[in-house]
Amino acid sequence: MNSPSQQNTGTPVGRGSAAPARAADEAPVIDFDKFKPTRSHVAARKRKDLFMRVLIVLAFAIACIPLVSVLWTTLARGFRRLNWDFLSHNMTNVIGGNPTPSGGYGGILHAVIGTLEITLGAMVISIPVGVLCAVYLIEYAGKSRLADAIHLLVDVMSGIPSIVAGLFAFSMFALLAGPGTLNGFEGSVALSLLMLPTVVKTTEEMLKIVPNDLREASLALGVTKQRTITKVVLRTALPGIVSGAILAIARVIGETAPLLMTAGYIVSTNANLFSGQMTTLPVYVYQEYSKYRANCPADASDGCVTSIPMERAWSAALVLIIIVLILNVIGRVVARVLAPKKK
Amino acid sequence: MGQRIDIKHLNIYYGSFLAVEDVNLEIQANKVTAFIGPSGCGKSTVLRTLDRMHELTPGAHCTGEVLLEGQNLYGKDVDPVAVRRDVGMVFQRPNPFPTMSIRQNVLAGVTLNNRRIAKSDADDLVEWALRGANLWNEVKDRLDVPGIGLSGGQQQRLCIARAVAVHPQVLLMDEPCSALDPISTLAVEDLINELKQDYTIVIVTHNMQQAARIADYTAFFNLQAVGKPGHLEYFADTTTMFNNPQNVEAERYVSGHFG
Repeated sequence: MNSPSQQNTGTPVGRGSAAPARAADEAPVIDFDKFKPTRSHVAARKRKDLFMRVLIVLAFAIACIPLVSVLWTTLARGFRRLNWDFLSHNMTNVIGGNPTPSGGYGGILHAVIGTLEITLGAMVISIPVGVLCAVYLIEYAGKSRLADAIHLLVDVMSGIPSIVAGLFAFSMFALLAGPGTLNGFEGSVALSLLMLPTVVKTTEEMLKIVPNDLREASLALGVTKQRTITKVVLRTALPGIVSGAILAIARVIGETAPLLMTAGYIVSTNANLFSGQMTTLPVYVYQEYSKYRANCPADASDGCVTSIPMERAWSAALVLIIIVLILNVIGRVVARVLAPKKK
Repeated sequence: MGQRIDIKHLNIYYGSFLAVEDVNLEIQANKVTAFIGPSGCGKSTVLRTLDRMHELTPGAHCTGEVLLEGQNLYGKDVDPVAVRRDVGMVFQRPNPFPTMSIRQNVLAGVTLNNRRIAKSDADDLVEWALRGANLWNEVKDRLDVPGIGLSGGQQQRLCIARAVAVHPQVLLMDEPCSALDPISTLAVEDLINELKQDYTIVIVTHNMQQAARIADYTAFFNLQAVGKPGHLEYFADTTTMFNNPQNVEAERYVSGHFG
């Protein structure tokens, strides 16, 4: 690289280190040539540009590889056993790798019901609490100490390992409902602990970007603060709040560990969230994976499949992905319908 | 009909900082009163105390009296929400509710307060307010399109329609034309001239020509230095203010020597 001084051949005579001393009220003399950008070679710049472009595209491709791979593997393996029988039966009457009387190999009906109910329970707990908490923080708390404390707690909470949330719910129900209690709602409580910080944070961000102009416009019309918040602020932020809630659900719907501790695992269908153990899809996948192979005695029929547990696990995983996908689509549609339109 | 406002010994604070000092001013009913003055002198702050919007800023408060037709707005049992229904406000930037249509925006003052309104009443109110804001002919065929789809000047007139739809006695305007182009400004100024039949209007403006064009009275606010409180320097009818002001600072300001 050339040093700038070598390039400044056009420096005017008389401006250099030997500048004459100036009077106190005189502005300093500036040599603007010194600040000009140094000339870099066009070819070198183009090479650098190409290099960075390749690097960025490569990084993107690398990031995509695991994503595509996971999707592809789940699709390829999951489709094998995904049929109506699999979706409409639970795991009762499944013996080893033998087909059940209905002709299938057991199914996930009980796990789908469990997943939906437990996640719905978690939503019912965490969305109202989270949204109200964010409303308090943005609309009422200002810069109070309490608000700072809540912020800190929310940050800490978002880092809680899910197994800790499971332990908390388990011990809470042990205290309230007797030791060893396992039910679906207990799972909902554990999941809501994991959802809450996400809901609070996204709602807070959404409330922050509602322009203050709108609050003032509403208040200046003689509308009370409560109605300003519910009908103007929350209404304007609603699309973002919905997206945040969907994000939080997607985060917890695949949780396994806390549900193993709180909701347990059964093979039959239990639609009662508040009593009895409940299976969810991730737990089902885990249980099938831990079986690895099914028993097929020598006198078993031709229909007996030893690798059926792993095949069921993949199919259940695929169903879980599809459920998350459907939730995402619903969230996007709702957000789009509620969003302010220009035309 | 509009109502008069008497401001007596009004001191306005942000926390412990005295922003505006000892304002005494009589605002005549059904006239346009303009607040002018250099930046930071507190004219918007004074305006916001007239409908108790000032106290929404954390720590902001004021002492003294603001009498609307003799009744102190800062009296003990006065509900600020009720004050804001009697004293409407239009802001610097047009701020229609983005989730609402033109029609819903005009009705916002009624519907946001959970008041049910019959469809025929609503139709009449929307037409009345939009006609009052000189906007009816431009939007009557598309009342259900979002309010933020309109042009800036139309949005501002929509905001005026929204403000008059709650039928206030006084209309406060905080630099209502500073975000608008000259044509829209003209439309809003014409509208202000018509609105003073029914409302008392107080307008803050940075544009002295605008004050000269539309105001009946003009209040000149000033401050001695940055960090010092602002004060009401001179109050006169607009002709006197701009042609023959009896105040040195005001004379220098309106002739463009500072500010």
